Amino acid sequence: MKEINELNLPEDLRYAEDHEWLRPSEGAARIGISDYAQDQLGDIVYVELPAVGRRLNKGEEFGTVESVKAVSSLYMPVGGEVAAVNGQLAEAPELVNTDPYGQGWMIEVKVTDPAEIEVLMDRPAYSKALGG
Amino acid sequence: MNPSPGTTGLILNEPLLWERGRPGRRGASLPAADVPPSPLETELCGEGPDFPDLSEVDLVRHFTRLSTWNYGVDTGFYPLGSCTMKYNPKTHERQAALKGFAAAHPLLPAPLCQGALRLIWELENDLAAITGMDAVSLQPAAGAHGELAGMLVLHAHHAHQGRQRSKIVIPDTAHGTNPASAALCGYRPVAVASGPEGVLEPAAVEALMDEETAGIMVTNPNTLGLFETHIREIAAIVHAKGGLVYADGANLNAVMGIVDMAAIGVDVIHLNLHKTFSTPHGGGGPGSGPICVRRHLEPFLPVPRVVQDGDRFHLETDRPLSIGRMGSFHGHFGVMVKAYSYIRSMGAEGLRRASELAVLNANYVKENLKKDFHLAYDRPCMHECVFSDERQAPFKVTTLDMAKRLMDYGFHPPTIYFPLVVHGAIMIEPTETESKEDLDLFVAAMQAIAEEARTDPEKVRNAPHRTKVRRLDEVTAARKPCLIG
Amino acid sequence: MRYLPHTSQEIEEMLAVAGVNRLADLFATVPESCRRHSPMDLPAPLSEWALNERMDALAARTAVAPEAKVFLGAGSYDHFIPAAVDALAGRSEFLTAYTPYQPEISQGTLQAIYEYQTLACRLMGTEVATASHYDGATALAEALLMAIRKTERRRVAVSRLVHPHYRQVAATYLRPAGYEIVELPYRPDGTTDLSAVGREGDLAAVALQSPNFFGCIEDLAAGAAAARGAGAMLVTGFTEALAYGLLKNPASQGADIVAGEGQSLGLPRSFGGPGLGMLGTRQAHVRSLPGRLVGKTVDQEGRQGFVLTLATREQHIRRERATSNICTNNSHCALRAVMYMAAMGKTGFRELAALNHDKAAYLKQALAGAGHRIPFARPTFNEFVVDFGAGFEAIHRRLQDAGIVAGLPLAPDYPDLEGCYLLCATETAKRQDLDLLVKEVSQ
Repeated sequence: MKEINELNLPEDLRYAEDHEWLRPSEGAARIGISDYAQDQLGDIVYVELPAVGRRLNKGEEFGTVESVKAVSSLYMPVGGEVAAVNGQLAEAPELVNTDPYGQGWMIEVKVTDPAEIEVLMDRPAYSKALGG
Repeated sequence: MNPSPGTTGLILNEPLLWERGRPGRRGASLPAADVPPSPLETELCGEGPDFPDLSEVDLVRHFTRLSTWNYGVDTGFYPLGSCTMKYNPKTHERQAALKGFAAAHPLLPAPLCQGALRLIWELENDLAAITGMDAVSLQPAAGAHGELAGMLVLHAHHAHQGRQRSKIVIPDTAHGTNPASAALCGYRPVAVASGPEGVLEPAAVEALMDEETAGIMVTNPNTLGLFETHIREIAAIVHAKGGLVYADGANLNAVMGIVDMAAIGVDVIHLNLHKTFSTPHGGGGPGSGPICVRRHLEPFLPVPRVVQDGDRFHLETDRPLSIGRMGSFHGHFGVMVKAYSYIRSMGAEGLRRASELAVLNANYVKENLKKDFHLAYDRPCMHECVFSDERQAPFKVTTLDMAKRLMDYGFHPPTIYFPLVVHGAIMIEPTETESKEDLDLFVAAMQAIAEEARTDPEKVRNAPHRTKVRRLDEVTAARKPCLIG
Repeated sequence: MRYLPHTSQEIEEMLAVAGVNRLADLFATVPESCRRHSPMDLPAPLSEWALNERMDALAARTAVAPEAKVFLGAGSYDHFIPAAVDALAGRSEFLTAYTPYQPEISQGTLQAIYEYQTLACRLMGTEVATASHYDGATALAEALLMAIRKTERRRVAVSRLVHPHYRQVAATYLRPAGYEIVELPYRPDGTTDLSAVGREGDLAAVALQSPNFFGCIEDLAAGAAAARGAGAMLVTGFTEALAYGLLKNPASQGADIVAGEGQSLGLPRSFGGPGLGMLGTRQAHVRSLPGRLVGKTVDQEGRQGFVLTLATREQHIRRERATSNICTNNSHCALRAVMYMAAMGKTGFRELAALNHDKAAYLKQALAGAGHRIPFARPTFNEFVVDFGAGFEAIHRRLQDAGIVAGLPLAPDYPDLEGCYLLCATETAKRQDLDLLVKEVSQ
């Protein structure tokens, strides 16, 4: 497992306590899990994602991510409607390990209340929360 | 010191079943047709399944070779914690194969199956005598099925009381089957943490127990191998709120003839005939998971019930409060024959002695290994003890590595990474059928591995070295499942 | 006791290591109030030969062939089991192993179960099959729960021609969580009346059994069309796996989930258990399947090997959110089944199925020829219903005293079928026995 200072934590993202990241943008915001989370989970074998069009509140479960011997829930860092899911993960769940902020993204959400984005952690705060 | 049983030898390869054989061969003979053919309408007929055609020799070689890649209790020491892998006596196979048992149709009219009905009835009585409970049903097919039956009894009891409940308290040391069985009844599991001594504390249960809670599911002895010393007080707390106490009897092997389950406040307990009562596990089943209840819950037991009427027996299904039928017929009768044979061979004293020696073996292993391995709870244990990889972690050697290395020494590994409350758990249950010299060999192997972890950790991390296959790629197996050939 | 190896000297030595004086001291953590105060009330122990006597005596009090003639099927069938199956399944490396959680020393069980899954798929026509369930009834109940999860609906429609015990087990499994079961009636030809399926809203599943409890072969394609029309999954059950040696397999007829009993595949009847729950479906549904699965992979040197896989569905990982609570299954029964299917082979299995059909057809025609009414016109496999008429009960009982079981009375489960009996004839029934039965019931 990686040491805290080995983690890749991009500056332009917001982070949730449950280790999801969110990339703010004009249309829908992209959501995935952080380098820390994928490293802790180990080899990811399956990602279960919601149906497009589903409305979920902040903190609600939007899916699960599985390693060989563990299942972890994925939680909405903000509330909103699911606008897209990353269909590539069905065939290649390992993208969450190899490229968690790029091809390993999970869902895109039309955010209901942009204020919910503001309360998410920035990089320094997340890094501090991880103990770094 | 004797050498460990592990060595190398000639291991034969064997292709997949359908890579053997040739179309037109056959491995079984059919009786001659003594009635005229009567073709079925063609539109109903299919091609028939595409099974490989093998000769009897093909068949025998194939499965004989496969069997040599397995490790069974007959092969050697099998210290899987909470699995009670004791010796499975050979006479059991003879009894279950008797034509009057093996060839008996389950729907025979009662006068034509008195022997089978009597055996079920007597075995139920024996299990009641062993546990101290009042009534038994042998319907459930395995431990988890018994848990489900038990949860259904709780559910039916509360429904009969006029008010259903929504939650159930389950300790954090429980088997995963406990919450899964409870969920099938619509109960939401609420976890209670065990205390610093590794056992449940009454105050923790009291804080959770209310009139929305159907009861508690408790494994006793628990999965840390410790007797739940406060069980009576906990049962009283649960009963005071109208709840029931469900006991997971997976670990009964520690306390036969010692503990009275009714006296400790248990309302329902399931047993595993394939653990405590020495029926073979068969590489994953069939098992048998009877449930035993106190008198007030008997009306809820599954149907059919075997009923004695004078010196005759019959099956009864008309039980309005029963949770219903649990399986196609009367449970795993073939397994019951073996458990009955075991109990009748051991008798009361033999069973008590088995528990005493199972606990002796576990304590002997615990004392011998605690110098080299971290003991999660350093207390007198019952039939199993739980270590961890804490002392090997500095050398980056894990529980998994050491489990795999044990194979090279000729032993089946213990249960690993369970219970979840011990990080890197190594859970050892020797059972009573292992002799002192075999335990000594195992202890020596564990000590050698502890030494290797310090001096040659790479060797341990790459184990096993001597098996048919080495560590398997479970990640690809799960990412790209290949489930048929 | 011959299973307990400890000598008294060894016990002394071990007690010293454990730091106690007597065996009883090992139980010091058990409070006095939890203890038993009298010995367990069990009969005195038996020696091995005395046990044999006891068991021989019990076994003798059951009616079995050849002394008895038992024309019963109804979910448990009399088929010949080759000696090779008993010998191979009896190898203790298979019999005395635990669940194959340590694949490096369990490849025998794992490859055999992978082979079972493959042949089970070829039999049922499904793309995947589980490693086994307890029996046909619990497999069907699990299939219904799976359909409920997949469709997120709460009602299922089950044919009245599904084995009555299987329907009762489904009720046991579904009722506590509040799921509803509606029953589909049957038509005069002995098949399920599907006309209600369209009217019943919000169905998760339509469940049929073929051959059904009356032995009749259902029109599964019609069942699939009806289920699809209602947005439900078609779940098909079976009690006689051998029928698919002849019949079109259920998945090819449109079944979404197939769940049945594999006892006919080399398992003794054993008074009803253990049997073999078979369960299969499409690859797309694999993550919703209950029960264990074995998958093929490679080891670190690239050699083929097998592991338990997709375990995240199961109770030991997902706990209360698992697809089932099942843990121990009927692995050794699946092992027997793959041995049996391989012993028969494609050729033998088909011939055996045809022979079963021929025997039952012979008996059916002979009974009809003797003037007994065959109430259901639909074709059957190796069992069928005969209407012996009111008053046959006395004859049935008289024959029973003579060791002949002339079928299963249907009235207890189907009050509208007073006087009707379900009869079965497999390859083990000799023509002279069939002729004898016809003669005895026709007097």
